[in-house]
Amino acid sequence: MTAGYQIVVLGSVVPDPLQTLEPVATPQGPALKNEAMLPAVLDPWAAHALFEAANLAAKVPGSKVTLVSLGPKAKLQQVMMAVAQKVPLELVALDGPAGGFTDAHEVAVRLAAAVKALPGLDRGRLLLFGGWESASRGAGVTLQLVGERLEIHDQFQGVDQIAVQAGGALEILERVEGGKHQVSVVAGPPAVLGWATGSLPEPKNNPQIGMANMRQVMPALQRAPAAPVGTAGVEFLSVAVPKAQRETRIVKDASPDEIARELVEWISQD
Amino acid sequence: MEPQVSPEAPQRQTMAVDVACVGFGPAAAGFLTTLARRLAATDLPALESAATPGAPLQVVCYERADDLGFGVSGVVTRGRGLRAAFPGLDPAQIPMAAPVREEKVLYLLDPVGASRRSATLRAADAALRALRAVLPVEAHALELPWTPAFLHKRDGFVFSMGQLMQWMGAQVMSTGAVQIWPGTPVAEALFEGSGVAGVRLLDQGVDRRGRPEGAYLPGLDVRAALTVVADGPVGAIGRQLDEVLGMPAGHARRDWAVGMKLVVDLPEDTPLRPGTVLHTFGFPEPEIFGFLYVHPDRVASVGIFVPSWFESPARTTYRYLQHYVQHPYLWRWLEGARLRSWGAKSILESGRRAEPLLAGDGFARIGEGSGSTNVLTSSGVDEAFTSGVLLGEAVIALAEGRRPFTRENLLASYAARRRASWIEAEGRVAERARDGFQRGVVSGLVGMALAGLTRGKLALGEEPPHPAEKLGSLEAFYEGKIPAEEIERIRRACAAQGVPLHDALMDRAGWPPIALDGKLLVTHQDALLVGGKVQAPPGYADHVTFARPELCRACRARACVEICSAEALRPGEDGVPTFDREKCVHCGACCWSCSQRLDGTDRVNLQLRAGTGGLHSAEN
Repeated sequence: MTAGYQIVVLGSVVPDPLQTLEPVATPQGPALKNEAMLPAVLDPWAAHALFEAANLAAKVPGSKVTLVSLGPKAKLQQVMMAVAQKVPLELVALDGPAGGFTDAHEVAVRLAAAVKALPGLDRGRLLLFGGWESASRGAGVTLQLVGERLEIHDQFQGVDQIAVQAGGALEILERVEGGKHQVSVVAGPPAVLGWATGSLPEPKNNPQIGMANMRQVMPALQRAPAAPVGTAGVEFLSVAVPKAQRETRIVKDASPDEIARELVEWISQD
Repeated sequence: MEPQVSPEAPQRQTMAVDVACVGFGPAAAGFLTTLARRLAATDLPALESAATPGAPLQVVCYERADDLGFGVSGVVTRGRGLRAAFPGLDPAQIPMAAPVREEKVLYLLDPVGASRRSATLRAADAALRALRAVLPVEAHALELPWTPAFLHKRDGFVFSMGQLMQWMGAQVMSTGAVQIWPGTPVAEALFEGSGVAGVRLLDQGVDRRGRPEGAYLPGLDVRAALTVVADGPVGAIGRQLDEVLGMPAGHARRDWAVGMKLVVDLPEDTPLRPGTVLHTFGFPEPEIFGFLYVHPDRVASVGIFVPSWFESPARTTYRYLQHYVQHPYLWRWLEGARLRSWGAKSILESGRRAEPLLAGDGFARIGEGSGSTNVLTSSGVDEAFTSGVLLGEAVIALAEGRRPFTRENLLASYAARRRASWIEAEGRVAERARDGFQRGVVSGLVGMALAGLTRGKLALGEEPPHPAEKLGSLEAFYEGKIPAEEIERIRRACAAQGVPLHDALMDRAGWPPIALDGKLLVTHQDALLVGGKVQAPPGYADHVTFARPELCRACRARACVEICSAEALRPGEDGVPTFDREKCVHCGACCWSCSQRLDGTDRVNLQLRAGTGGLHSAEN
C-alpha cells in the first residue's frame, strides 16, 4: 500500500442523547417532537468509525478521510462545528431527513451514488467505514446496503480493531458472543467495516484542524444537493420510545460492587 | 499559571487570524452578522487578511459551551436592533419565538406567610386583601392598572434565547465567511504591553488542578490583530481585562442578580396564548422578581431573579423558584405542566456604570460585559446585539480604510458609534434608576419610576457598595422568626450532614415542603439532569477554586454554597467548599456572592476561570 487508503465514512446526525425524545405523528409520517430544536451530534457509532478512520489515515501516508453525510443541512452545519475540530476530513453533504423514520434502502441508494461520484475514486484503495449500529436506526443496515450497491463483498460488522499487516492485508477483529473477537484477514480494499465502539478515545478539539477543515466543509454544505429520502410505501402501525424510568441519586466514590448490587436490586423491581 | 510539562509533552502551538471573538452570545451574533455579510458581499472589494495574505479576513469565534445556544435567559425584548439587522424578521422562522400579545405587571401577595416583609408591605398587603372586592386582586395577586411606558415590551417578541442563538449562528455560519467553534473555552487574553495580541485557549488533557495527564494538549495561542471580548458578565477574559487594565474612574461591577428559569410544557387545555408576558414582584420574597413568558405550542418560560442586594446569605434560587411556580396566580396554569428545560445565568445589573474600557490596542468589548444592559427597562439582549452591530460597522470601516486596530482607531470608530447610539442615550437615563433598591424594595420601585418618568434626572438612593457589603447575617435576616441559637444549631447540623443551610432554614421559617410530582416539581439534581442536561467533558481543570482557603474557613456566610445554581459547590469537611465541575452551569453567581474580598480590592476569594461543559439544552 503506497498510495494510501481512500476511507469513506458514512454517518449522519442524531439528537444529542441527553435530550428527551417523544414521537409524534405528522402529515409526513412519524417524527420526533421538537427534533428541529434539539441539539444534535454525529451518530456515536459513526463517530467511532470516523475516529478510527482518522487514526488509520494518520498511520498510512497518502490516505484521506471523506465523511459522506445525509441529513438536514442546518443540523449538519451545526454538528460540523464540533466534529470538524476533531480530525482532518473532507465532507460530502446530502441535504435530506435523518433519523429513525427514513427508509434504509432509499438512504443507501443516495449514499452509494454519492460515494460513486467521489472524484478519483479507486476501488483498490476504498475502505467504507460506518457504524455497526445507529443511535437512530437500531439495525444498522444502511452500511451493508451501501456496500452491496457498491459491489463490495468483504463486509465486517461489529468491528473493534483494524491492523495493517506487512503485505498490505488487513487484520480485522469483529465482536462475537461471549466478549470475544473473530479475527479475519482480508487481502486489502475494497472492504466495508461497520464499527462497534473501537478502542480510541474521542480526539481533543484542535482549532488548527478545525480551521483547515472548515475551508472545505462550508462550501460542501452550501452545494449539498437535496436528497429527499422518505418512507414512501411504508406504514407505521405504532411508534414508541423505550420505556424510561429514572431515579436520580448522585453518589460519588461508590465501589463497583455497591453499584452493581444496587443496579440488580433496581432492575429486579420491575 | 503555566503547568509543569515533561520535555516530551506536546508544545504549545500558535495560529494567526485577523479577528478572534470570545464568546457567542447576542453581542457576538450582532458583530459576526454584520461582519460576515460584508465579507460575503460579492459586489464590494474583498477585505484582505493580514494573517493569511491573499485570503479574505480570517474571523473566528470561540464559544465555551458545547454548542451554540447552550446558555439560558428569559427573553422578552422590543427587538429594535434585531429588526434593524433582520428587516422583516418573521418570528415564525425561529422556534419558540412569538410576538408579544399581552403584557401584565403583577404584585404577588404571600399566600404562605413565610416571606420576610417590612411593616410597610405588610400594611399594604392587608389593605389589598381588605379591598380585593374593588381592586383587581385575583388569586393573591394585584394586577397593576397602569405601568409606565418605559417598562413595556408590547411591540416586541418572546424568544427562547437558545433557539435565537442557534438561528443567528446558522445565519452567520451559512455565509461561510466566519467560523464559530463551540466547546472551546478561552483561558486568557495574551497581553503585549497594555494591548491585547490574541487569546490562549484552555489546556486539554489535564487533571482537576490543571496538571498534564496522558493526553495533554496545551491550549492553542491564537494571535489576532483584534480580539473581541463578548464573554458576558462573568466571562474570564472580560474580568481579566478589568483586573489588568482597571475600570474607568467611577465605574464598577456592583449590582448583580442570578436568573433561574424553567421551560415547561403547559397542560393541553391551557388558556394562555403565545406572546403572553407576565412580570411579577412581591413573592416569594419581596426582593425577588419573576416572569412568565408564553411561547408557541403550549411552551412557557417561568423564572425568578435573586439580586445581590437580597440580604439573606441563604439565597437559594432553586428552592425559591419552586415556591414561586406554586403561587396561586401562576399555579392555576402551571399545575400539570412538565419540565422541558432548566438553567441559570447571572445578570450584571450595574448597567452603564459597569462599562469597562470599551477598546484598547487590539481589543474591543461588546455585550453585557461592556455595560450595555439597560437596568431601567430590564432589557439586555437587544442592547448587547446592537453593541455588536456597532463594533461590526466600526471594524468594517477600519478594514476598508486599511487602518490598524489601535486604541485610537477603535475609540474613534467603535466607541464613537456607541456614544452616539440609543444604547448610550437610554443607558444614561437608566444609570441611577436602581439605586433605591439599596434602601429596600419600595424605595427601589419608587426610584425606578422617578428615574423613568424624569428621563434620569431624578432618582432615589445611593450607588451600590460591593455586593459583599450588602450581604447580611442569617441572624439578622431571620430575626423574629428563628432565634439565633437555633440558627447556630441548624448551622452545626447542616455542617455535619454536608448540606447547605437554606432548606433547613426555609423549612423552619414556615415555607412548606415541596411536594415533588416528578413533572414540574422535581429535585434540584433532576432539574440539572432532566432539564439542563448538564455535563462536562473530562480532561479539564476545575474552574472554581479558592485563593486563600483560610478565608473560607473563617467565612460564616458561605453564600457561594447557598446560591450555587447547580449544587456544584457544597460544604467541605475542612470548611472550604468542594466544587464538582460536572454539575456547574457557569452561572457565575458564586463569584459575586463571595463575601471574602481580597486585600480590600473588588477581587474576591472565589476564583472563577474559564471552564467547559454546563447546560446541554438549547430550549432555554
